[in-house]
Amino acid sequence: MNIDRRTLLKGAAAAAGLAALSPLHALAAIPKPTLPLKIGFVYVSPIGDAGWTYQHDLGRKAVEESFGDKVQTKYVESVSEGADAERVIRDFAANGHQLVFATSFGYMNPTLKVARAFPKTVFEHATGYKQAANVGIYAARYYEARYLAGIIAAKMSTTGTAGYIAAFPIPEVVMGINAFVRGMRSVNPDAQLKVVWVNAWFDPGKEREAALTLAAQNADVLTHHTDSTAVVQAAEEKGLYAIGYHSDMSKYGPKAHLTAATHHWEGFYRKVVQDVIDGSWESSNVWGGLKDGMVDLAPLNPVVPGDVAALVAQKKQEIIDGKLHPFAGPLFDQDGRQVIGAGASLTDEELLKMNYYVEGIVGKLPK
Amino acid sequence: MNDWLPILATTLAAATPLIFAGLGELVTERAGVLNLGVEGMMLIGAVSAFAVASSGGGLLLGTLAGIGAGMAASALFALLVLHCLANQMATGLALALFGVGLSAFIGRDYVSHVLDGVSGYTLLDGLPPLDPFIVGSLGLFALVQWFLYRSRGGLVLRAVGESPSTAHALGYPVRLIRWAAILFGGACSGLAGAYLATDYTPMWVEGLSAGRGWIALALVVFATWKPARLLAGAYLFGGVTILQFHGQALGLAVPSQFMSMLPYLATIVVLTLISRRGHAIRLNAPASLGQVWHPDS
Repeated sequence: MNIDRRTLLKGAAAAAGLAALSPLHALAAIPKPTLPLKIGFVYVSPIGDAGWTYQHDLGRKAVEESFGDKVQTKYVESVSEGADAERVIRDFAANGHQLVFATSFGYMNPTLKVARAFPKTVFEHATGYKQAANVGIYAARYYEARYLAGIIAAKMSTTGTAGYIAAFPIPEVVMGINAFVRGMRSVNPDAQLKVVWVNAWFDPGKEREAALTLAAQNADVLTHHTDSTAVVQAAEEKGLYAIGYHSDMSKYGPKAHLTAATHHWEGFYRKVVQDVIDGSWESSNVWGGLKDGMVDLAPLNPVVPGDVAALVAQKKQEIIDGKLHPFAGPLFDQDGRQVIGAGASLTDEELLKMNYYVEGIVGKLPK
Repeated sequence: MNDWLPILATTLAAATPLIFAGLGELVTERAGVLNLGVEGMMLIGAVSAFAVASSGGGLLLGTLAGIGAGMAASALFALLVLHCLANQMATGLALALFGVGLSAFIGRDYVSHVLDGVSGYTLLDGLPPLDPFIVGSLGLFALVQWFLYRSRGGLVLRAVGESPSTAHALGYPVRLIRWAAILFGGACSGLAGAYLATDYTPMWVEGLSAGRGWIALALVVFATWKPARLLAGAYLFGGVTILQFHGQALGLAVPSQFMSMLPYLATIVVLTLISRRGHAIRLNAPASLGQVWHPDS
């Protein structure tokens, strides 16, 4: 698997800063662990049947399956992103876990704090931006799958309007919205996307209300960047189409569910575990996409015509081959201002700061 | 008209759990008991309703289970505050936290299961089908309104809330009446939970009610303990959410965070008014609200 090192300089600077603060920690190599390697997973929500944590747990199970007796995994679910997180992470480290996966953004500072106290334990933190000698970070390029999902949405929509239920206007979410509408407009230049912010990661009631609102305003394909399955269920009830997120949500709306933009941590987790066992682990910053198998589309609903499926497969290959970038120029923002010209693409750094809507989106981005 | 119908329909649906839980709490508070555990009772009701409905019990049985579970939770509260003379606020808060944990524990095996949901029945051609829960919430409102202001029982209940010692001296069974009021509140919260879990978003997930119990509590104050104002307030709170979603999708530049804040802001405004122009509004507040009372005291 390829590893993208975004903002290498920044990471190096951070490492240097840390080294200056505590030279011993930065220099101490991670020793080869004693087998079985004890691995701890910290989950922000219950595992359930679908969603963010469910996908991480699939990764954990994959590690158990691949490494058998060589590993022992343990997880703690529903760990809130505050004082609890530090206690759980510290417990893992203190009880001989030599590798800890902290799978939510809010675990960033607790992870770093515990990592300073346990320099010989390896920590991997999902979706954060602070590294240390024994703390690696990882995330996925969800926007690549969003772009493909947008193509399907535009092809399946009869009104040319899709609806997007979103949690909070942070770059990660805005990136997904923009990629989705770019995908839509790549096959239907007049397509529109209406966005409703519910200001909650998880509120099934509000997500449903927002879905019904969008349905009432002509959106006939709905998708979401929130954590419940309420949007897919609402679409099923209203006879509309839906595109799930995190996990394959087809069982929540067998007719409505066209596909889902899914995350896959199995490959990455296996690699990290192998590296730790080999004693070759190094702190890195991984941002993997379709190419690395870290994001994908769930199997398409049979109602998606063959030519659309073929087009999506082709675009997916082009993204994997690096021939297509969802944010390739010319790129215009919502007000028609050119962000970048033809021939250029947004850099990773620009993507991670995205705070504007591209053209095709109805509404203003909350500031 | 066609634009407004979906807004109206979603507003009615969004207000329904607030109406159920709010009316229940209103009756409880009118008897002088402050039960802050609405959120917890709602969640216990929701998970019980979902568990029964999804294990083949059907929606009616599920709803009854939700009501029963809400009552059971409130019975625990009643036991503590009426017989052990525990502090009502502390006990209520404990019940709210307990309910969150207990519902998550019971619901472990039901996480992410789904139900088919309730199909409404059509009253008039061209109108969207009516949801039995929404109709039920209006019925409950009429019942509470009649009971409190038109029945002898309601008069006695209000008397207990104003001055339990006086009611006791007149020979009314104060503790029994408070028991009934607390159980009614629990039943209504359980019903609100059942509506959420079997109809509104037919699934079970931890923390399903997402703070609606707390909004219901605020609503009782907002309504200054009057059922008609509570009904209006519930539609206002529900409608604000729905309208801000519609505004967003239409591209109106109203900050969504501001709109999400409005219900709470409105409650604070009312609370401020109560404390400033007390005489006009405090008349409705049950005089013995939240105070521990024992027949021998």
